[in-house]
Amino acid sequence: MSIVAEILVSVALIVSGVFGFVGSYGLVKLKNTLQRLHAPTKATTLGVGGVLIASMIFFFAKTGQISVHELLITLFLFLTAPITANFIAKTYLARNVRRNDLPESAGDFGWSVYEDPPDESPGR
Amino acid sequence: MLTRLIPHPILSLTLTLVWFGLVNTFTLGNLILGTAFGLAIPILTAAYWPDRPAIARPLKIAEYMLIVLWDIVVANVQVAMIILFKREREIQSHWIPVPLELTSAEAITVLAGTITMTPGTVSATLAADCGSILVHCLHADDPESVLQDIKTRYERRLLEIFP
Repeated sequence: MSIVAEILVSVALIVSGVFGFVGSYGLVKLKNTLQRLHAPTKATTLGVGGVLIASMIFFFAKTGQISVHELLITLFLFLTAPITANFIAKTYLARNVRRNDLPESAGDFGWSVYEDPPDESPGR
Repeated sequence: MLTRLIPHPILSLTLTLVWFGLVNTFTLGNLILGTAFGLAIPILTAAYWPDRPAIARPLKIAEYMLIVLWDIVVANVQVAMIILFKREREIQSHWIPVPLELTSAEAITVLAGTITMTPGTVSATLAADCGSILVHCLHADDPESVLQDIKTRYERRLLEIFP
């Protein structure tokens, strides 16, 4: 493996390590649940992204073939991570936040945590 | 006939491409197997896909993905700065209700996912009629500018993709 590839892999790993650390530090530092929810969404983007880029460069330099597995990991992360965050946020809203604490929604109907949907809403 | 055989062409294509990604090599056997999966799975799961999302401009999807990837990198640095250098009591979190012009369920899902994946904002819940989305923002001096960013950068482009 050439020295250029080694440097690139190292840089990508360091970037991912730094952002992974900052994400974890945010979990400790921030005080309420919803603020802490912002920390893991960051660790899964640049933190994991750096490792995946490092892995792609490494295998390209070693075998000369482009590895697609990393792109799939990115795809699956982008599909699953927002759903996890959304579940945590919704659970937190239902358990700890009263509807008067939230700003009003723009339309006629309130937030779905507290109100039933009308019959013709999209996705039904 | 063709729509009955391939009820969801985009899903079929995606499944075949994902199969190639999983096996990581391109051979004739994998092409046949991947195509078989791409044809069989949409038919078997057709009951769960009542509508096909209409996609007007497929090329815009690539542009949208690049913009989101770039924003993720920029916003990562911004949020890292907030976590590292702002004192705990200086961090002002906001709830931002964003009125939606998007109507299709797929488009709203993509927008909610985009908001969550760009660090600094998390989409918490939808209004009961899907007319607005509730966004939690970690720190913003001006909540109005966050709302304008979401509307002009993401929603306007999604409106072009999903009319």
